[in-house]
Amino acid sequence: MATDTDVLVVGGGSTGCGIARDLAMRGLEVTLVERGNLTDGTTGRMHGLLHSGGRYAVSDRASATECIEENEILREIAGHCVELTGGLFVQRPEDSDAYFEEKLEGCRACDIPARVLSGREAREVEPYLATDVKRAIEVPDGAVDPFRLCVANAIDARAHGARIETHAEVIDLLREGDDVYGVEVRHDSGPGTRVHRTPGSTEEITAEYVVNATGAWAGRIGAMADLDVEVRPSKGVMTIMNVRQVDTVINRCRPKGDADIIVPHETTAILGTTDEEVSDPDDYPEEEWEVDAMIDTLSELVPILTEARTIRSFWGVRPLYEPPERDTRDPTDITRDFFLLDHAERDGVAGITSIVGGKFTTYRAMAEEISDHVCEKLGVNASCATATEPLPGSENLEILEEGMDDFGLRSPIARRSKQRLGSRSREVLETDEANPVICACEGVTRAEVRDAVSQSGSDLNAVRIRTRASMGNCQGGFCCGPMANELHPKYDEPTARAALDELIQERWKGQRHALWGEQLSQAMLNYALFATTMNRDEDPADAAEPLEYAAFDHGGR
Amino acid sequence: MAIEDDVLVVGGGLAGATAALAAKDADPDARVRLVTYKQSTLRHASGLIDVLGYGPDGDGPLVDPFDALVNLPESHPYRRVGVDAVREALSFFDGVAGDAYAGNHTDRNALVPTAGGTVKPTARYPAATAAGLASDERDALFVGFETLPAFDAPRSASHLEAAGVPFSTRGETVSFPGIDRDDAKLVRYAHLLDEDERVRTSGRRMGARTALATAVDARLGEESRIGFPAVLGDERPAEVRSYLADALGVDVFEVPTGPPSLAGMRLEDVLFDALSDDGVRVTAGVPVIDYELVAGGASESDGDRIDHVVVDRHGSEIPHRADQYVLATGGLVGKGVKSDRDGVFEPIFDCHVPQADDRYDWFVDDVFGEQPYARFGLEPDRDLRPLDPNGEPEFSNLRAAGAVLGGYDFAAEKSGAGVSIATGYVAGTRAAEEVSR
Ligand SMILES: Cc1cc2nc3c(=O)[nH]c(=O)nc-3n(C[C@H](O)[C@H](O)[C@H](O)COP(=O)(O)OP(=O)(O)OC[C@H]3O[C@@H](n4cnc5c(N)ncnc54)[C@H](O)[C@@H]3O)c2cc1C
Ligand SMILES: Cc1cc2nc3c(=O)[nH]c(=O)nc-3n(C[C@H](O)[C@H](O)[C@H](O)COP(=O)(O)OP(=O)(O)OC[C@H]3O[C@@H](n4cnc5c(N)ncnc54)[C@H](O)[C@@H]3O)c2cc1C
Repeated sequence: MATDTDVLVVGGGSTGCGIARDLAMRGLEVTLVERGNLTDGTTGRMHGLLHSGGRYAVSDRASATECIEENEILREIAGHCVELTGGLFVQRPEDSDAYFEEKLEGCRACDIPARVLSGREAREVEPYLATDVKRAIEVPDGAVDPFRLCVANAIDARAHGARIETHAEVIDLLREGDDVYGVEVRHDSGPGTRVHRTPGSTEEITAEYVVNATGAWAGRIGAMADLDVEVRPSKGVMTIMNVRQVDTVINRCRPKGDADIIVPHETTAILGTTDEEVSDPDDYPEEEWEVDAMIDTLSELVPILTEARTIRSFWGVRPLYEPPERDTRDPTDITRDFFLLDHAERDGVAGITSIVGGKFTTYRAMAEEISDHVCEKLGVNASCATATEPLPGSENLEILEEGMDDFGLRSPIARRSKQRLGSRSREVLETDEANPVICACEGVTRAEVRDAVSQSGSDLNAVRIRTRASMGNCQGGFCCGPMANELHPKYDEPTARAALDELIQERWKGQRHALWGEQLSQAMLNYALFATTMNRDEDPADAAEPLEYAAFDHGGR
Repeated sequence: MAIEDDVLVVGGGLAGATAALAAKDADPDARVRLVTYKQSTLRHASGLIDVLGYGPDGDGPLVDPFDALVNLPESHPYRRVGVDAVREALSFFDGVAGDAYAGNHTDRNALVPTAGGTVKPTARYPAATAAGLASDERDALFVGFETLPAFDAPRSASHLEAAGVPFSTRGETVSFPGIDRDDAKLVRYAHLLDEDERVRTSGRRMGARTALATAVDARLGEESRIGFPAVLGDERPAEVRSYLADALGVDVFEVPTGPPSLAGMRLEDVLFDALSDDGVRVTAGVPVIDYELVAGGASESDGDRIDHVVVDRHGSEIPHRADQYVLATGGLVGKGVKSDRDGVFEPIFDCHVPQADDRYDWFVDDVFGEQPYARFGLEPDRDLRPLDPNGEPEFSNLRAAGAVLGGYDFAAEKSGAGVSIATGYVAGTRAAEEVSR
């Protein structure tokens, strides 16, 4: 029987997208299915640290070494997704000297460039560091945009012939005897890009091989074919500040602990995190103490954080994996390494492998190893090219920087668009039409929004993750409406309206955790803009009963 | 020594301006001063004067807002001042606004098309918006500009059709003559029309008004009215509108847009012109930061008495003394109500703000659900004096008006400007009456 595709990848996070690109570049036919938007899982809800490996230099040197290797590769192949911020491991007077020395030694043993700075030197680098900071180790940590990187992998996979289906949830694994031969998916709005209000459908997709890359959800997929995958999802909070209090990644130099890292990210700084096991990766408490802990503990390193404005908080769940023979109590003790579970070997069920654990930073290496494994299973002899082939947007970055004009836009906006789009800038931004700014906080123009719409259909959250529109200080108060306008007339008015309502609700979700001070004022302003100015909450077009216009003032006519 | 006045109003938004004008109206001899810090919410607001669009259970849109006032809870600011005072205040506003506003020929609400394509119930609307009402059955053409992404005329038009308006609508997008930068400021559009600047279109030079009329004429069908985003002039909006109407042979109106909102700024101009005409002294750009009680004065039965407030004038602290004070510093948006992780407070006088202890009880999960935070503000007595936690006036000579008051959700009810006008009017009038007594 001919199958629909060679390899079916379940999960559109960094792992799944990385595998899809790798296999497609090796010439295999790949289909990737993701139940929401790309990055809707943990990948879109992480800290954005491009590890230098420094964090693992004491506890796990193998991971540390892998991090620095991949860190260097990503700087090359994904320059437009990475910011080379550098990082500091900061020691306070009460933090142990012995641990500091161990950290330094670990970095050197793993070939992580590391340099010791005095307290004064550290404050020269980061003026807002507390005055009693004793010293710091400087390492090549960076910031990475997981949305852009994941989407770039997907675009390139598609360019190599892959089929990428978002809003396509796997609802069953097709299994006959001891063989998994495909999946059944439910398309939220039919196959292809998502368009609101299009009726859903189901589809069976058969494949030579299935890769379960659903991270924290891997146990659920496994269960569909009666396979046990012991993922232990562990949640962590991240709190976003409205400005970059620091331009360098700030780590606390002490053994594991909550609230020990600040990552500068675009216009913001993100505080993190916590580590608590949860039973359901889709439904877990998002708690006030977690947000408070971020601000209170990290202000020991950067005191102005107590005064600063936070714009929202979000949570992610780590796909931690615990091999059956171990019995680790504390989730922070579970290894951050990844595991490839070949179910043929493990459970006697052929045709499927699950991937669990790992880190975003090492997604490419993980994908390479898994792709090698899949090729071996399928008897394909092809080698991996992802370590050297730049991702779309990252080709010829230097030439781009030198030779590009500003597309008629004021330069800070043009600069930011170029940073986001990388070498795709010319293709996207060069337009004869008017190109006004749609999102002023993040400097996103119409051309960028339309480019994202052409990739992702009527889903404005998908546009958001591609462009950063609505992710700045105002959290969409000013730009949600204009973003929805860009859907029209490509999509009809009711579709644009449904997409707008969905975006407004999504933006509210994270702001709830930052509702005090400036951001509470912003929330009230946004509410007034939506409800008072636009009457979005009482739209007669959404009402059950028609409105009796004749009863109202008609201006004396 | 302090600067002396009879009535001192803190805050220069709609509520504060109304209070100062009402105080002067109640007693033309009173020395009235208004001290205000930053731009008010009128810069953001649509310029519409909502009184009440939806009832306490979200019923509506209400045809007659005045009928429905008595159904509001006792604690609502409208019930505090009483229905008659709301009517009186509104006609006071009509007198101040003059020709700039319409809608006072009826008690009924008007339904005004919004930029997003819904309609909103409101009691008074700028003259510029009058020809756009949704209950007017004439067909309408909406015209947007390709460089102003907040108003998409074709989408608004089809949304209005979905909302069931009793006329046909169509939307067209044109480029605005004379705008050659994609990121030109909104006032630039208005000034081109105000000044009728010479612009170049399709190789010819002509006035901006003519150029706009020409561009739109080419798209006009059988419609007898045309709606634009609110950019038709800043200084001379009536002149710009009537020029376009004559040139196109149809009525011309504006759809409220913003922020920034030119309609709101025009209202601000009307109010501040009236303040200066009536002899109210305005001190702008400086905040009130503190107050002192009357020294040694035993606490009065109806609360302590404020002796003076302290104004921060660029670093020096200047005392301002008055007999009566009106607090009109706005709500969360105007910063008359502030908060931190531990609680919500009123920053100048530390008046009591009712609130849940846990900040996770300040909101509900549905963005348009019944949001407790939207009701944050002071709780006043019937004389609009803010009450302490025991229900006693905080101060004997302080009244509060506008969004600094709590207990109502102006965004859900559509009552923002109405509450500011009603409470500003009552607070200003009572303050002046108490001085003359
Ligand atoms: C708080 C926190 C902070 C972190 N910070 C960092 C960091 O700074 N640096 C770093 O390198 N790593 C970090 N990580 C780790 C990193 O985010 C993850 O290891 C990585 O993103 C996992 O990617 P993934 O593709 O395996 O999983 P995911 O991104 O979760 O992808 C799995 C996908 O499967 C989809 N899916 C689930 N069920 C189905 C179904 N039935 N059908 C179809 N699709 C389905 C989900 O929607 C999801 O998109 C952090 C993790 C957490 C929790
Ligand atoms: C986005 C938006 C849209 C709206 N749309 C409408 C609408 O369509 N229809 C409607 O009826 N209403 C609308 N409103 C409501 C309305 O515009 C006002 O918010 C309301 O009338 C409150 O006015 P206010 O005068 O009480 O407060 P504000 O307008 O907030 O004014 C308060 C003033 O006090 C000043 N101030 C604050 N602290 C100090 C201090 N310490 N010292 C001195 N001065 C100080 C501030 O700088 C400000 O100028 C809208 C509001 C918003 C935010």
